[in-house]
Amino acid sequence: MSANQDGANLLEVRGLTKIFGTLTACDHVDLDIAKGEIHALLGENGAGKSTLVKMLFGSLEPNSGEIFWNGQPVRIANPGFAKKLGIGMVFQHFSLFEALTAAENIALSLDDGSPISTIAAKARALSFSYGLPLDPESLVGDLSVGERQRIEIIRCLLQTPQLIILDEPTSVLTPQEADKLFETLERLRSEGKSILYISHRLEEVKRICDRATVLRHGKVVGHCNPREETAASLARMMVGNEVKAVVRAPAEGIETAQPLLEIRALSRKPATPFSIPLKNINLNVRAGEVIGIAGVAGNGQGEFFESVSGEVLQQDAGSVRIRGKDAGGLGITDRRLLGAAFVPEERLGHGAAPRMKLSENLLLSRHATDGKVFVGAGGMVKSEAIYSAAQRIIKAMDVRKSAPDPEAAALSGGNLQKFIVGRELDRKPGVMVVNQPTWGVDAGAAVRIRQALIELARSGSAVLVISQDLDELFEISDAIAVMHNGELSRPLPIAQATFEKIGLLMGGAEPGHAEHALETA
Amino acid sequence: MMRLELVKRPQRSALFSALSPFIAFLLTIIAGAIMFALLGVNPLKAFEIYFIEPISQVWQLHELAIKAAPLILIAVGLSVCYRANIWNIGAEGQFILGGIVGSMIPVLFPQFEGPLVLPLMLLLGMVGGAAYAAIPAFLKTRFGTNEILTSLMLVYVAQLFLDWLVRGPWRDPQGQGFPQTVQFNDSAILPEFMPDSGRANWGFVFALVAAVLIWFLMSRMLKGFEVRVLGSSPRAGRFAGFGLNRLVFFAFLLSGALAGLAGISEVSGAIGQLQPVISPGYGFTAIIVAFLGRLNPLGIVAAGLVLALTYLGGEAVQSALGISDKVARVFQGMLLFFVLGCDTLIHYRIRLIGFAAPKLEAAPKLEEAR
Repeated sequence: MSANQDGANLLEVRGLTKIFGTLTACDHVDLDIAKGEIHALLGENGAGKSTLVKMLFGSLEPNSGEIFWNGQPVRIANPGFAKKLGIGMVFQHFSLFEALTAAENIALSLDDGSPISTIAAKARALSFSYGLPLDPESLVGDLSVGERQRIEIIRCLLQTPQLIILDEPTSVLTPQEADKLFETLERLRSEGKSILYISHRLEEVKRICDRATVLRHGKVVGHCNPREETAASLARMMVGNEVKAVVRAPAEGIETAQPLLEIRALSRKPATPFSIPLKNINLNVRAGEVIGIAGVAGNGQGEFFESVSGEVLQQDAGSVRIRGKDAGGLGITDRRLLGAAFVPEERLGHGAAPRMKLSENLLLSRHATDGKVFVGAGGMVKSEAIYSAAQRIIKAMDVRKSAPDPEAAALSGGNLQKFIVGRELDRKPGVMVVNQPTWGVDAGAAVRIRQALIELARSGSAVLVISQDLDELFEISDAIAVMHNGELSRPLPIAQATFEKIGLLMGGAEPGHAEHALETA
Repeated sequence: MMRLELVKRPQRSALFSALSPFIAFLLTIIAGAIMFALLGVNPLKAFEIYFIEPISQVWQLHELAIKAAPLILIAVGLSVCYRANIWNIGAEGQFILGGIVGSMIPVLFPQFEGPLVLPLMLLLGMVGGAAYAAIPAFLKTRFGTNEILTSLMLVYVAQLFLDWLVRGPWRDPQGQGFPQTVQFNDSAILPEFMPDSGRANWGFVFALVAAVLIWFLMSRMLKGFEVRVLGSSPRAGRFAGFGLNRLVFFAFLLSGALAGLAGISEVSGAIGQLQPVISPGYGFTAIIVAFLGRLNPLGIVAAGLVLALTYLGGEAVQSALGISDKVARVFQGMLLFFVLGCDTLIHYRIRLIGFAAPKLEAAPKLEEAR
């Protein structure tokens, strides 16, 4: 490692610019990161955060601008060189093999031929010294998302970086897991390491970050001390104007309303060694209400979503009923024809085909429900009708894009999510089931999506939202149920739900406990 | 010491995607020139004989069409499979079975004549090819077998079955012991479509019609959309409500039927009887045609003509220069190699890595591979 010059910035970025076609993703970005600070990088989706970070990590080459490392100009040509300099990165999306142990996954990335046992010992020592308990011998497939993230962090730390880049690290964690992560970050800071912390969660940025750089439309719009700002003022800097709060009109008369989605004694055996069995799930979602399902990631939410959507069929046709009809034996197309709409957690590769245009991705979920409009006689696709419908959705949801009808993969995560949610809302479905509606989505887009879901419910639809984001569920739900280890608690009406009660259930308190809480509240 | 590494490019160049087949063809020509020079032949002379003379007269264009027809017919069917990410390598076998089943009428019922014979033969040919292709489809959907292996192995089964038929039960009793069936009667012969200028038969017309129909299917119909979605992102396809197993059967049956049609057209058009060998590897060459045509049916028509020329050129250099006609296989192989090479370089760039560099590449590579 090059000699440290005390007091100098570890990393300085001057005028860094990256142009994709006609889009200037980063426009003369300046950024200083001092030694031993946690520096927040804030911005809406599509503001250029990912592009900037990719240039720092050598995955993208800037068009112009300079990067100084310890005062020396450097050209970071590839991630290998970035690591050699001392830059480590923990990605938002993990790259781990589920069938291998944690130590084996780490060994793969180190690629230096040390025996697994040595690596496991090192990883174990490191995990204890940083308060990130991890058993290196455990299979990744058996680990929770939080534990998987620890593997990524330890893998990064084993390379003794000076600068650690964390991309949306808490988006997959429970409040308790996030607290643990913050302790680790603070310890790293006290050792003089620098951290570049990318997030859109303003409260946590205020809590742990020393300085913040705010990006908007590829430009730096300000540097600030987040502790001196309010969440509202930070949001204003990011978005450029005031972020509207979600308005939740009181739901009226839902006690007597018809249940549009009924889940009765839904059980499912685990399909793979790494999936969670579902155990006797019961739930009604009535017309006009939003029901939230909370839970730590990997407690069966994905399996539950697949079962409700019809990507996986049930043996008992009555275990899923949509608008009063047995749907357990019907596939996803027939369930859509009954009036249901689905938004899965994964956008690229599940909710949307990455290499297909937005208009084609519109056809993806609506070729049957809008068969007459989009598909003509003999199975001919009506491209023009689909194109104009796609443009209508793009306009309604304010999807920002660089071409009239780009490939799904060309959109930022938040904009693609707006399109995918908009694609279903555009149908005005009677039943809407959404898994992680605003995962990794910026504040402005998240408010828009949440508001749209509430309005859909108030117009007479049943809306079921599965989310790991408790703030979100408290903002939009009329009642919250908790999924833990494949079981679902009874929904708590929002007036009686507290973070503490929901947190207890997330941690595995028995479903009966919630009923008790319900009765005594 | 250095090693090579392929790094995924963030963007694909549309220009080079379009140019890739032409660049590949150019590189094949250059490599071919080196090969001819090493064989002690003047490359310019050899190229004239190989690429120009075989198509300098109208009747020769008919010969080109005869060779191109099966290639195009098979390749447009295969393009549907490959777009669906289903790897039917056994078109050669489906071609042979199409030939055999279609020939049942003129071989077993030589007295049956009339206008019905030919349509029935063509239909039976398609049924035979499709039924043979249904075997790997069934094995894949029922038992999860790898269709590359099963479809490929069935080629050898088909070849040996044909060999046995023409030496055994179907041998012409008046054929002086030659391993071949009776000559088909006139109503079982696929006619020439411009008999005044050459002997190209209706098989070429079938190929062009099939190319246009498949193009329409893939680009304008919901079924084509289903093929593309399931081929590029299976999970999104399942979310769309498209079934993968159904698609496996659709793709195999369609490509098998087209290969079978090519087979019976070849037997009843160009050959006129069944022989131990009825294909100079059309089913395998069609794989090259499909990729050279970028899995686009209209591109496949052009690619089919190019590959047909390599067959004709191979025969020409053999008779004119005394070089083995295996040279055609060499040209085909080089063409496929360069096409795949060009396509790879469109998606990836090559990075040279010295062993002195840090060996910490695995993690970013994983990330990039997503």
